[in-house]
Amino acid sequence: MSKQIDINDLNIYYGNFLAVEGVNLTVRANSVMSFIGPSGCGKSTVLRCINRMHEVVPGARAEGAVRLDGENIYGPNVDPVLVRRTIGMVFQRPNPFPTMSIYDNVVAGLRLEKTKGDKRNLDEVVESSLRGANLWEEVKDRLKKPGASLSGGQQQRLCIARAIAVEPKVLLMDEPCSALDPISTLAIEDLIRELRERYTIIIVTHNMQQASRVSDMTAFFNLAAVGKPGKLIEVGPTQQIFTNPQEKQTEDYISGRFG
Amino acid sequence: MSTSTDETAKSAADPAGISGAAIRAGDRSFLGLSRGAGILVLAVMAAIAAFLVWKAIPSLQVDSANFLTEQSWLPDQTPSVFGIAVLAFGTFVTAVIAMLIAVPIGFGIALFIAYYARPKFGKALGFIVDLLAAVPSIIFGLWGLYNFMPAVTSFAEWLTEYLGWIPIFANDKQLWTKSLLMAGLVLAIMVLPTVSAISREVFLQVPRMHIEASLALGATRWEMIKMAVFPFSRPGMISAAMLGLGRALGETIAVALILSAVFEVNTHITEPGGNSFAANIALKWGEAGEVGRSALIASGLVLFLITLAVNMIARWIIARRKEFSGAN
Repeated sequence: MSKQIDINDLNIYYGNFLAVEGVNLTVRANSVMSFIGPSGCGKSTVLRCINRMHEVVPGARAEGAVRLDGENIYGPNVDPVLVRRTIGMVFQRPNPFPTMSIYDNVVAGLRLEKTKGDKRNLDEVVESSLRGANLWEEVKDRLKKPGASLSGGQQQRLCIARAIAVEPKVLLMDEPCSALDPISTLAIEDLIRELRERYTIIIVTHNMQQASRVSDMTAFFNLAAVGKPGKLIEVGPTQQIFTNPQEKQTEDYISGRFG
Repeated sequence: MSTSTDETAKSAADPAGISGAAIRAGDRSFLGLSRGAGILVLAVMAAIAAFLVWKAIPSLQVDSANFLTEQSWLPDQTPSVFGIAVLAFGTFVTAVIAMLIAVPIGFGIALFIAYYARPKFGKALGFIVDLLAAVPSIIFGLWGLYNFMPAVTSFAEWLTEYLGWIPIFANDKQLWTKSLLMAGLVLAIMVLPTVSAISREVFLQVPRMHIEASLALGATRWEMIKMAVFPFSRPGMISAAMLGLGRALGETIAVALILSAVFEVNTHITEPGGNSFAANIALKWGEAGEVGRSALIASGLVLFLITLAVNMIARWIIARRKEFSGAN
C-alpha cells in the first residue's frame, strides 16, 4: 500500500536563491521519518517538494529527482495534481475549510474531478477516515457543524482525516503539533504511530522529544549561515541520531548547544 | 527627601500601584470621534430621506394618475399626469443587462489577475482596471454615444435577425441605436472595473492556508478556486456586485446621453426609447416647473428606496450563513 521515497540530488530554489542544496535521502515504506533542524534550514521546503507543493509559491522551483517507488514525480509526464492526490499533507496550522461542515471537510478531496472514479460510499469514508484520525467518537453527532467549530487539536485531526480520506500512499506533516496543546499533541503522536501501519510518513518537527517518540528515522538539516543554502547533514535511525550522532553539527544541535 | 515621602504615602494608599483613571482620555476621545462619525452617517441618511419625502409630497398630492403605473411624464400640465412606470422599467432593464454582463466578466478578470496571470502582468493589469474604475461617467457616455454605439449596432441587428423570435429582441422600428440595450452595454462597461477591482481585492484576501489545503488534496487550480476561494470570498463578491449595481442604478449622464427621448415602456430592448430614474432627473430638471421638480424628486425618492432595498437584501444574503463564514 504505502510507498518508498528516494530523493536524489535535490536542489530547491526561490527565484534565483538556492534555498536547499544537494539532498539525498531514502524513506522506506511504512516507516516514519522526522526532519529536524534549526529554523530556516529548509526542512519544510524539502517536505513541500515531496508532493510538489513547493512550486505553488510564485518563482519557486526544484531540480533533481524525487522517486515514489522508482517513479520520478518531477518527470516530464507527471501531473502535479495527481502527485498531491497520492501524497497527502497536513500543515502546521489546522486549516479545515471554514465554509464547510465537518462531513464536507472530510470528503472534500473525494469531490474533486480526479477522484470521480472512486465509487466508495461517502458516509462510510467519513466514518472510517474520522475513526482513522481518532476523531469519530467526538464528532459523530455533529457532522453537519462547521469544521471551524472544533478545538485546535480536533481541527488538526480533522485535517488528518481529510488527508487520509483520499487514501494517499504517503503522508507529509509539516510541524503538525506546533499550534496545539500538549494533550492534543499526544493524541496526534498516538495517531502517527497507528497511521504508520498504512502510510509512509514524514514529519517536520521542532520538538526533538517528539521526533524521538514517533519516528524510526531522523534527518538533521542545517545551514552554514543565513543566506547560505540549507543542507542535509545526517540521516540515520532515530535512536542513533539522538544517542550517537556521527556529525559534530548534529551533536551540537541535539545537545542544545545551538539552534 | 520629599519625593520619597510622597512615594511612601502613595504606596500606602495604592499598594499594588495600579490605581488610575479607569478610562484614558485618548480612549475616550477616540470613542467619541468614532461614535460621532457613525451618528453623522445616520443623520445624513435621515436628512436625505426627509428632504426627498418633504419635497415629493406636493407633486404626489396633485398627480391625477397612478404614480406607480402611469407611463407618461407631464407633471407641469393641468391636470398633472405622471408616473414612474417607464423609469422603473428602463432602470431595471439597463441594470439587469449591465449586471448580466459585468458580474461574470468582472469576476473572471479578477480571478485571472489574482490566480492565473503571472504576478507582474497581473499587477499591471490590476492597475489598469483600477484606472478604468476612476474614469468619469461623462467620458463613458460620450465614448458610448460616438464610438461604442455605432460599433455595436450591428450586434443589435444580429440579435434581432437570429434571436428576433424571442420577443425582447424583436425590432419593429428598424432602428437599433439609442436603445435600452445600448445603455445597458455601456453601463456594463462602466460597472465592470468596479466589480473587478473590488472582487480582486477580495480574492487576494483568501488565506494562503486554505488555498494550500485544497491544492494539497489534489485540486486543480479551478477546483481550488471553487473549494477555497469562492466560499471564502462570497460576501465580498456579493458586495462587489452590489456596488456595481448601485453604480448602474444611479448612473445618470451616460444613460442620459445614450437613450433617446422617447418616453415609453418598450419591451423591445433593441429599439430606441426608454428612460431611467437618474437620467430622467438630469434631462428634465432644467425645464421643469414647480410641480415638475417635485415630481422628479418623488422619482428620486423611489430610486433611493430601491437602492436601500437592494443593499438590505445583499446584507441579508451575506448574513444568512454566518456560522460558516470564513471570518471565524
